[in-house]
Amino acid sequence: MISTLSASSAIEVRDLAKSYRNIEAVRGVSFDVRRGEIVGLLGPNGAGKTTILQTLLGTLTPTSGTIRFFGLDFAGNRESILARVNFSSTYVSLPYSLTVRENLGIFARLYGAAEPGKRVQDVLDRLDLADLADRYASHLSSGQMTRVCLAKALINDPEVLLLDEPTASLDPDMADRVRKTLVGLRRDRNTAILVTSHNMREIEALCDRILFLHVGRIIMEGPPREITARFGDADLETLFLRVAREGRG
Amino acid sequence: MKLQRVLALVLRHLYLYKRSLARFMEVFYFPLLDILLWGFLTIYLQRFPGAVPGAVSFLLGALILWDILYRSQQGISLSFLEEVWSRNLLNLFVSPLTAGEFLAATMVLSLIKLGLTAAVTIALAWVLYGYNFFLIGLALVPFVANLIVLGWSIGIVTTAIILRFGQKAEVMAWGLAFLFQPFSAVFYPVSVFPPGVREAAWFVPATHVFEGMRSVIAGGGFPLADLAWAGGLNAVYLLLALAWFYSTFRVVRERGLLLRVGE
Repeated sequence: MISTLSASSAIEVRDLAKSYRNIEAVRGVSFDVRRGEIVGLLGPNGAGKTTILQTLLGTLTPTSGTIRFFGLDFAGNRESILARVNFSSTYVSLPYSLTVRENLGIFARLYGAAEPGKRVQDVLDRLDLADLADRYASHLSSGQMTRVCLAKALINDPEVLLLDEPTASLDPDMADRVRKTLVGLRRDRNTAILVTSHNMREIEALCDRILFLHVGRIIMEGPPREITARFGDADLETLFLRVAREGRG
Repeated sequence: MKLQRVLALVLRHLYLYKRSLARFMEVFYFPLLDILLWGFLTIYLQRFPGAVPGAVSFLLGALILWDILYRSQQGISLSFLEEVWSRNLLNLFVSPLTAGEFLAATMVLSLIKLGLTAAVTIALAWVLYGYNFFLIGLALVPFVANLIVLGWSIGIVTTAIILRFGQKAEVMAWGLAFLFQPFSAVFYPVSVFPPGVREAAWFVPATHVFEGMRSVIAGGGFPLADLAWAGGLNAVYLLLALAWFYSTFRVVRERGLLLRVGE
């Protein structure tokens, strides 16, 4: 199941486990994400998706197992690795009292951009956000905030992008634009993208491969169409519902 | 430690002060009220026969110095709370920013904040009551440095408590420093404490600063012993506060509490 293409692996996770007292949130998970690959992390609520994302971001210490980015051990190279990684989630925000440009400028500096102003303008242009640049974050709609958070996630031109439900609050048009941005990133920058979503159509359209989690374990792994064909389901949503309700593939 | 990251976080908070009336008031309005209240009270008390000689110097000097400690603590605790309130903590801690850089930035912010507040209170005390704070002399430098460091220690402990227990513990940001006030001999000498409390009070670095200040104002010379004690205690407390903060940060990462700080 585990790819052995270490040379091109952006993320390598081996035997990752996380327990909280008596609860095993993640149970010995192993997977790779290659450069230029978009991988979907799927599973019902409580399957361990957020736990895995948080361990990959260093905000949660795993109980056991190893995480490597670009061939480097995450635990020993946290600072240099995080400079090459970024994250966006519908569930985090940016300071409301700052304008979009100010917020992005702060993060450009935090990620060590040599010319923060130029970097901010590049990202604003790429995500078609220039008209919102001088608007306070408090005056953004939730969809606009999600796009600005995605702009924050691109501020360091990341080699790895971790996304937690990136289109959850967007209308279909905006969601489609975000998906196109992600596909463009993979194509132009060879960015590795690990994304969680409850939108199965989006996962089918976007991801090269999915990791299907259930109660802390990967129970299926492969390209979306191949997996649905393997289990005889019409589409990913049907498969998801069956796994969530019956607990098996 | 990367200076660019520290300055980025400082800049983020300076943007807030530039345009927020509430934060502007925190720096200027409340210190103004303190000076008015205590200044008039002091003038009133001086009318009585047998009033403490130099009461204006004692009380206003103490008030300005206490405010330095308090603003120093608030600079750290409130900067952290700003990130909690704006749901920005996760964005910061998934960036290359380290916990040490975060603390360094809040320390710089506390220096900026208390510099502004002290400038306002010192100027007001001089204009309204003719009190020259700088008459305390050269001893002011170590007095102020010790109070800043104690404020940082309390601020770091407060931040660790909020990190560990979440936003429900945010009252500590306003309350913890005041726990030390009655036992720091800010407005009265240590000799007024009952036995037991008197001995315990000497373990608060601020007690040595305020006793030293009264000694200088009363013409008692440079309080070297007091300053040595304050400096030694502060060094120990700052190290303990940092150790506790880093230990709490480790626990927060183990239990995944960073996501829940804002709840």
